[in-house]
Amino acid sequence: MRESSNGGNVTRRQMIVTMSAAAFAALSLPTGEALETPADVAAKVKAVVGDRKAKSGRIKMELPEIAENGATVPLTVTVDSPMTAKDYVKSVHFFAEKNPNPELATFYFTPRSGKAMASARIRLAKTQNVVTVATMSDGSVYMNKTQVKVTIGGCGG
Amino acid sequence: MAKVKPRVRVPKKVAKGDIFEIKTLISHKMESGQRKNKKTGKIIPRKIINKFECRYNGDVVFSADWYPAVSANPYMSFFTVATESGEIAFSWTDDDGTVYSKTAKITVT
Repeated sequence: MRESSNGGNVTRRQMIVTMSAAAFAALSLPTGEALETPADVAAKVKAVVGDRKAKSGRIKMELPEIAENGATVPLTVTVDSPMTAKDYVKSVHFFAEKNPNPELATFYFTPRSGKAMASARIRLAKTQNVVTVATMSDGSVYMNKTQVKVTIGGCGG
Repeated sequence: MAKVKPRVRVPKKVAKGDIFEIKTLISHKMESGQRKNKKTGKIIPRKIINKFECRYNGDVVFSADWYPAVSANPYMSFFTVATESGEIAFSWTDDDGTVYSKTAKITVT
């Protein structure tokens, strides 16, 4: 929306237009305009864990210590489990503490998985913790937190 | 829009009972809904693949929910047990309802 005029007026008008566009865009984002805080992730984790106590251990997260490109960060999870029909990993939820949206992905394993191990590539906006929550067929829950340092963020244009 | 192309790597022959790895890739932009059109300042709407599913002779052996934080051209690898010969079917579901699919045959000896 460029209308010719003297330089000063165009600049102020442009700023107002851009800022209201940004505000409007922020309002229309599905989940909040600010980067998530650890508190938001804590709420999502609680939604998965419920009243159970999340134990540590059994989850091995393979993530780069330093990710050069936040747009594609390789992630591998391995959960220690016999993966039998009576004792297997049901789901693994991944959250990012400082992304625009807290959820990254959820993997659903079955006794036919053989191994509770899977890999994907995720976007991380900045240096932060990836929080992993694994739920087991016997109802127990495990949690892991791993930090990834990100040099170039990968969430926006 | 570029054509969305799924690719899978499944071993052709596996011994019964063996646990084998499946690798998948699909060419998809995974528009996160975070980017802005630099000229108009408007947010480019989200358009991602939000569900991945793998069925082995009809039974779901692995599936995943994907969110905007999954990278473009999503890669997904996982394992499954060689139970019997047959068909392994993969499906990727886009936000707009389109389902992309691919199948692979497997021989279990």
